Amino acid sequence: MSGNDQGHPPELAHHFDSMEEQHESSKQGMWLFLATEILLFGGLFCAYAVYRSLHPEVFIYAHQYLDKVLGGINTVVLITSSLTMALAVRAAQLGKRKHLVIFLALTLLGACGFLGIKYVEYSHKWHLGLLPGIHYDPVEDSHATESRAHPDGGEPPQDSSPTVTEAPEHAIELDVGAGLTPARAADQPLPEPEQYTAPTSELTAAPAGPAGLAVEAYGNDAHDLGPEPRLVQLFFSIYFLMTGLHGIHVLAGMAVISWVLVRSAKGHFRPDYYTPVENVGLYWHIVDLIWIFLFPLLYLIH
Amino acid sequence: MNDHVHVMSLRVLFGVFGALLVLTVLTVAVTWVDLGSFNLLIALAVAVVKAALVALYFMHLRYDKPFNALALVGTLLFVALFIGFALLDTSASSPGLIPGHQPAMDAKAAERSG
Repeated sequence: MSGNDQGHPPELAHHFDSMEEQHESSKQGMWLFLATEILLFGGLFCAYAVYRSLHPEVFIYAHQYLDKVLGGINTVVLITSSLTMALAVRAAQLGKRKHLVIFLALTLLGACGFLGIKYVEYSHKWHLGLLPGIHYDPVEDSHATESRAHPDGGEPPQDSSPTVTEAPEHAIELDVGAGLTPARAADQPLPEPEQYTAPTSELTAAPAGPAGLAVEAYGNDAHDLGPEPRLVQLFFSIYFLMTGLHGIHVLAGMAVISWVLVRSAKGHFRPDYYTPVENVGLYWHIVDLIWIFLFPLLYLIH
Repeated sequence: MNDHVHVMSLRVLFGVFGALLVLTVLTVAVTWVDLGSFNLLIALAVAVVKAALVALYFMHLRYDKPFNALALVGTLLFVALFIGFALLDTSASSPGLIPGHQPAMDAKAAERSG
């Protein structure tokens, strides 16, 4: 059977023998694309792993600002939208056009819900100044004061004078590792010392005596979080990069779901031609799959 | 003409969905119990099981040609290599890569200073 047959389906490209072959090739290409997506996120997961292995105390301290319940709800929302996507593919295979449209619309709704909750979380962090890098400027609100338990009465970090920022430099002399001090001093501009750290708590975080004391404070009891460790802003860099890249994928997913939704409504798909639905479905599932790892790694740190 | 199409049964799809919900509740609940370093292991194990369910059933990998599964598993293998070697490297040769308070380094420093 050759592609020159007059009676072949209009979607069949001439270099494929059959719709089945075309479908399988397309799906194979989609899987190779998904492989590159996993590699893309792999870089961020690597940054996460390296930083967490070097600074477990920062992760234990910072994750308290992430809402487990909102994260859990978002996980359920995404899993549900994955189910409706799988049901949409099923409807396409069975030629149930109305069901296909309904399930795609539900999937889109789930994506909106996910981003809505994500917006609530992001704006909460924005208001608390829990932002990446030099933008990290935590504000004391009632919740934060309660949970952060500043030994000196929750004095806002803004009040600290520039001289207090010298404390970390002093503490670092205890570390025998090479290149510790210059990296911090060079990376960040000195004129705005208040912007990049919360020095108030540094005074207690940086051990003046044997450094082993600090290990006990951070390592042994996860619930007694103690004073803020250094470089908490790097956790938020990782958090915003990972969830942000994931969020961009959700947006891209919404765009392609909308595209197949319109085509479904127009009746473009039949049981022997639903490749776009299936490939969009695969993309949406990988978005869910990545969140399945992001959720425990960012929200459920113990 | 589309006898080759494998349609997922509703029972399997909803079964997988239920399992994913149960595992999500489980992984949240386990954070309220202190199991030391096992907490991270359990969280990752649950995530791997959930990911496998999504890949095998929602993404239809179990019924596909093995090439697609090979693409996924191969990629994960390389990501594991990447992260594994990066971790070995940072812990062995440059623990001071990221400045800041580092319990492991501090312990070493305390040891050396007696």
